[in-house]
Amino acid sequence: MSSQAAENVVLSEETQIRPFTMNFGPQHPAAHGVLRLVLEMDGEVVERADPHIGLLHRGTEKLIEYKTYTQAVPYFDRLDYVSPMNQEHAFALATEKLLGITVPERAQVIRVLFSELTRILNHMLNITTFALDVGAITPALWGFEEREKGMEFYDRVCGARIHSNYIRPGGVRYDMPAGLAVDMYEWADNTVLKVVDDLDTLLTNNRIFKQRTVDVGTVTKSQALDWGFTGVMLRGSDVAWDIRKAEPYEIYDELDFDVPIGKTGDCYARYLLRMEEMRQSASIMKQCLERLREGPVMVDDHKIAPPSRAEMKHSMEALIHHFKLYTEGYHVPAGETYAAVEAPKGEFGVYLVSDGSNKPYRCRIRAPGFAHLQGMDFMSKGQMLADTVTIIGSMDIVFGEIDR
Amino acid sequence: MSEESLSDLAEHVQENTGGAVISYELDKGELVLNAKRESIEPLLQYLRDDRECYFKTLIDLCGVDFPDREERFEVVYLLLSVSLNQRIRVKVSTTEDIAVPSVTDVYSAAGWYEREAWDLYGIMFDGNPDLRRILTDYGFEGHPLRKDFPLTGYVELRYDNELKRVVYEPVKLTQDFRRFDFLSPWEGLTDMQLPGDEKVVKPAYGYRDVHKEVLASEKKAGGAK
Repeated sequence: MSSQAAENVVLSEETQIRPFTMNFGPQHPAAHGVLRLVLEMDGEVVERADPHIGLLHRGTEKLIEYKTYTQAVPYFDRLDYVSPMNQEHAFALATEKLLGITVPERAQVIRVLFSELTRILNHMLNITTFALDVGAITPALWGFEEREKGMEFYDRVCGARIHSNYIRPGGVRYDMPAGLAVDMYEWADNTVLKVVDDLDTLLTNNRIFKQRTVDVGTVTKSQALDWGFTGVMLRGSDVAWDIRKAEPYEIYDELDFDVPIGKTGDCYARYLLRMEEMRQSASIMKQCLERLREGPVMVDDHKIAPPSRAEMKHSMEALIHHFKLYTEGYHVPAGETYAAVEAPKGEFGVYLVSDGSNKPYRCRIRAPGFAHLQGMDFMSKGQMLADTVTIIGSMDIVFGEIDR
Repeated sequence: MSEESLSDLAEHVQENTGGAVISYELDKGELVLNAKRESIEPLLQYLRDDRECYFKTLIDLCGVDFPDREERFEVVYLLLSVSLNQRIRVKVSTTEDIAVPSVTDVYSAAGWYEREAWDLYGIMFDGNPDLRRILTDYGFEGHPLRKDFPLTGYVELRYDNELKRVVYEPVKLTQDFRRFDFLSPWEGLTDMQLPGDEKVVKPAYGYRDVHKEVLASEKKAGGAK
């Protein structure tokens, strides 16, 4: 934008100036967490951006090496705390691959149902806070109310609003309580779409919003691939890639949904994609609820899945199984695998190495935000300071998963 | 992708890269290439540009620590081809003293991943323009994801009200970190054959082996301090 204007200023030798170095964060509402950004500025124009991360590093990968497979699940909620279930899902898929088990149909449907609910909740948070970053307050006020209703479904199915610990290797922990399916259908069919439409009218054709986002933070197709971008960051740059379509897991190959692709690769394209993905996810939720049939939600193998409480009251064997599972846990055959899901932010993968014991030997977590934030430098070069805020917002970064 | 086309791909790569690929494995529908450390950069370049590979994206790069091996670290590259919808894993091994050639010229995304592997494992990358620590604290010492680094770490920090700043102190735990192995002594009787039990397959991982390992690792960790 004004980088050209800055270049046109003729500098004599006396007026040579050192680039102004500025600290952005780690305590800043627009840093979306604990991002410390060291910016080298030429006036109002960013010359170099050096993100310092790790302020939220908790050593998740190290901790998981000391925990059994069951105990490892809650750590995944605490990575990207805006989309907990998708991450549990990736870990569950990797463990199941090593165990060589297939989860029952009903569990698969419930997993997809909640993955898509999570996608809506995640995008709802991202779009509204993104709008807040570029100056619009109303979307946050409207969107958060709806988000809270979505989180109530989390609460009802597993007892927690955020840290669900619900999708476990072998299936899901509990069956859905009575009446939840009906309420979720009503929400996906009606309520949430109204709010998405409201956000649409507030933002999509809003002059100020477009001035702040169109042609800002543009990523070309080859850049997006080279920097390891996935998810919306990749699709926004005209690459048709979605793991749900390319490598369908669970029941995704039987569902009918579209994957929107952006043409321009700027922040506005990414915003439009997220809006459309919310509508698609609502449609997937409805399809899942229509497919929901009676059946088990965990594999029928007490070496992996705990027996029911009622069974434990009269069966000695069930009691032993329960005790063994919650102390020693189950042993996973030696081997290694990589499993990835299309999380709301991009490809979330787990590279799991097992040595045949009851604890993972190595559990590498591939977080999409890590790769995206690395692109901060080239994306903000030559942009205005205020545009870095827009870029951070449109990358949809959450520090839980970046710092791990 | 089917197993067949993956093994075709592996053979195609092996033929055309002049000995850069030592061997390949196919497991659970995933292809793993074991590569020579020195030729990792040209190999990845080939995988990126060859028309049957087109692995344009470096999805992940990570280290794994196997202290018992002669070359203790494994560096794993996970590649993805968006246009051909295929994935591949490339592995090289290295030690604490030998640097792995950096692949930042092939994939820009490798920059931070290599920094992370350096930070958490101490794996050196030759040619990375910016090999600083990334996740741990400023001035951190040691490489926390190594198997001989204790889970509790060596230092803890707190705010000192008199000095008016954050101070570092050696870790003091009110209770020692407890490591349960949960393997019962019955299961541990794996290295003996009971009469009448000849048909039973012996578990590969027994109590006694584990016990020995725990003792060895405790010794090592103690020595590292």
